Amino acid sequence: MANRWTNTLTHADATPRALWMNRRALLAGTGALGLTALAGTARADALEPTALEDLRAYNNYYEFGTGKEDAAYYAGGMVTSPWSIKVDGLVDNPGDYALQDLIGGLTVEERIYRFRCVEAWSAVVPWNGVELADVLAKVGVQSGARYVAFETDVQPDAMPGVQRNVIPFPYVEGLRIDEAMHPLTLLATGMWGEPMANQNGAPIRVVVPWKYGFKSIKAIVRITLQADEPPTTWNMLNAGEYGFYSNVNPTVDHPRWSQATDRPIGGGLFAGRVDTPMFNGYEAEVAPLYAGMDLRANY
Amino acid sequence: MTAQTINGWLRRLPPWPIYLLGAAWAGYLFWLAATGQLGAEPINRLEREYGQLAIKLIVLGLAVTPLRNWTRISLLKFRRAIGVTAFFFVLAHFSVFVLLDLQSVGRVVEEIVKRPFITVGFAAFVLLIPLAVTSNNLSIRRLGALTWRRVHWLVYPAAILGGVHYLWIAKVVQLEPLLWMAAILGLLASRIDWAGRWQALRVGSSRGDSATR
Repeated sequence: MANRWTNTLTHADATPRALWMNRRALLAGTGALGLTALAGTARADALEPTALEDLRAYNNYYEFGTGKEDAAYYAGGMVTSPWSIKVDGLVDNPGDYALQDLIGGLTVEERIYRFRCVEAWSAVVPWNGVELADVLAKVGVQSGARYVAFETDVQPDAMPGVQRNVIPFPYVEGLRIDEAMHPLTLLATGMWGEPMANQNGAPIRVVVPWKYGFKSIKAIVRITLQADEPPTTWNMLNAGEYGFYSNVNPTVDHPRWSQATDRPIGGGLFAGRVDTPMFNGYEAEVAPLYAGMDLRANY
Repeated sequence: MTAQTINGWLRRLPPWPIYLLGAAWAGYLFWLAATGQLGAEPINRLEREYGQLAIKLIVLGLAVTPLRNWTRISLLKFRRAIGVTAFFFVLAHFSVFVLLDLQSVGRVVEEIVKRPFITVGFAAFVLLIPLAVTSNNLSIRRLGALTWRRVHWLVYPAAILGGVHYLWIAKVVQLEPLLWMAAILGLLASRIDWAGRWQALRVGSSRGDSATR
């Protein structure tokens, strides 16, 4: 079932590798004019991926602390190999899977997705990963399963945020089964063609591009298929601010800030904000999942 | 080392370098942000840096009198410079929010009206304006020392609102804003004459007692 969704373009069309590897330094250099002209051959409406250095430097990963730089600073101490994922609940083939056994043989694709944090910053990420639907097909979803629950690893020795208990751990998230099966939903293992950095959720994480970033749970150690809606960390912490669905929706504000616009990271001091599109720009693909639902009540 | 020795040294220092240092530090942070040295989201980072400095300077200003009461060390001659520099950082913080972050008057008004944490932050800013405007000798003479002092008590509600604003931004309660809030409340409590109030209360109640007899 791989390749069910394709990018309108890849960054290979847009920016030669040598340029994106060190875009910021090049732009700052004297050759900036000529080189940006070259990169400018991309389509005008193309998504310009955020530089890898920015994606690796600016993260919310409360296991390592609440600061944006905490994950990059501390995540090196986390052990991501060997990695085992427990698959349980309403599945035909439950068990503890080594990472390779779970995703081996599946097509790893590159997907360039918008990423929108609930805090109103955003990025464009070239992910490498497999469709979650393919993994679920492998373990065999039973007919009674209506939700998928995920759990992040806890390694207290490597995780200062866990030691300080900044929020309850393990971090848990969940999706409705049709959301999990949607062709946009990935289990990602890499970024920019490189192995996933620990601060970005290595070795394997969920990516749901039409939902706020906290739904895209990192460093997964457990996948449970179940009949009932699973508890999710931010919803448990503050149900009035973070719903189970948490679809990107510019018309439903967070109680403390507007969700109508966002600030793309890596844009510099004078970049300002851009309008946030409905479902983060994936309305055509995912709106049918929520037909007839009141998105104001199911935020 | 005695407080007198320290005060002797402090007397020789002029207050004006505080203004200069404040302006230079604000400029340096702006330069870092503009040249990509404040991380991937420089607008947000600069906004926070200016706001946090403002809170710290306000707390420092509030600490001047308690410090003198407890240690006899007097930073009184620096207090105006500390306060005005704090206001300068509040203004810089608000300017980044308006000019670099939202970039639209409509959005600014909407945020101030709709978001309680921004409403309280803006209220703190507004309360500080009369203080900044009257931070000169002429104003003290015109208003009279007592009125001037009463106006400048506005720094306490402003500081509390600023502390609430800082606490309220985070997704979860965080230690640092909590500590600054505790400092503000602690310094306010230290300015209240508890013994005198207790005395007044006792005197009042004993009078009440005698009246019933």
